[in-house]
Amino acid sequence: MISLYLAERTWLHGVPAGWKLLALALISLAVTPFDSLPLMAGLVAATLALYASLGRAAFAQVALLRPMWPLFAILIALHWWNGDILLGLVVSLRIVAMILIANAVTMTTRMDAMMDVIEPALRPLGWFGIPPRSVALAVAMMIRFVPLLFALWEALNESWRARTGKRGGWRLLAPFCIQTLRLSHHTAEALAARGGVFRGERR
Amino acid sequence: MKDRTLVQIALYAAIIAVLGLLPRFDIPLAGGVPITAQSMGIMLAGVMLGAWRGALAVTLFLFVVALGAPLLAGGRGGLGVFFGPSVGFLLGYPVAAFAAGLIMQRFRNQPVLPVALIAAVIGGIVVLYPLGIIGMSTLGSLSPLDAAKACLIFIPGDTIKAVLVALVAQTVARGYPEALISRGA
Repeated sequence: MISLYLAERTWLHGVPAGWKLLALALISLAVTPFDSLPLMAGLVAATLALYASLGRAAFAQVALLRPMWPLFAILIALHWWNGDILLGLVVSLRIVAMILIANAVTMTTRMDAMMDVIEPALRPLGWFGIPPRSVALAVAMMIRFVPLLFALWEALNESWRARTGKRGGWRLLAPFCIQTLRLSHHTAEALAARGGVFRGERR
Repeated sequence: MKDRTLVQIALYAAIIAVLGLLPRFDIPLAGGVPITAQSMGIMLAGVMLGAWRGALAVTLFLFVVALGAPLLAGGRGGLGVFFGPSVGFLLGYPVAAFAAGLIMQRFRNQPVLPVALIAAVIGGIVVLYPLGIIGMSTLGSLSPLDAAKACLIFIPGDTIKAVLVALVAQTVARGYPEALISRGA
């Protein structure tokens, strides 16, 4: 799986995940009430400086914004139509800055470190009979399922192509759902055979 | 909750991810709010799993995206997507799946095709769009009407997807009724 995480270590990798998330939350709250163009332009400039300080691979991720240009164009056009193009620019700059700042946290934090920070917040789920470790297991299972399901889709697609000479597309969805459910039955049986998730908690 | 339920939730979260990443289904019409097979995955989760399981599967998917996995359509992911203008749609996904699942369960004795179609349209459009529009009007400082205008172009595509989801549900109901968990006892 391609990852947004930067393999090359930067100074931001050394900052604990909890602090980064806290900073992100505080920044997003702080910038919301201000509609000043110089301020937002400054924020974007500061964000780009942050990316520059993280190295070339980080800076390349600014390209993540590319598919969003049409949306910003629509946003600015709508504000222009209403006679306030400046507000359109301010809003777009704020969104650009926040996306990049949030992405900087993702770029420099491993998924397991993120999971560790969030785990205490999941503890209340225990009151509803959902053990927090079942969340971790569900995350691991889902990530493991993704390449398996890709392979399954490819197999269905190939047999469809062998019969028709065309790509299956959406027609594969029904057999895909049926086959994946079979897969999930096997997984559930394997899980139960290893002691299960929910029994283990009672002890 | 049983082991099997947990596996089904993880399975549908993965299906949503796979549908978003398949090149065949990737139809980037306009950026930001991508319309791809991914939103079909949201409808499918609700229609196939029912209200609670569907909503949990979608929530798990969003959780893994937030942890940093680039599983959203077009290979996007991480915390950044939750600060973009389409955040209302993202956070509306579990609600949409819940609504679709609820309708499937309420009308479990009616024919699959029309019920699944109505469930997918109500979940994936009637419930989802107002939430997406609220998100866009908040982040973009737009009036709800302007935000709605920016979103309307996606409705034809989502209607087609709802029809496909209904056809898939019907095929599954014929081929392997057990797979339509929302209709089970």
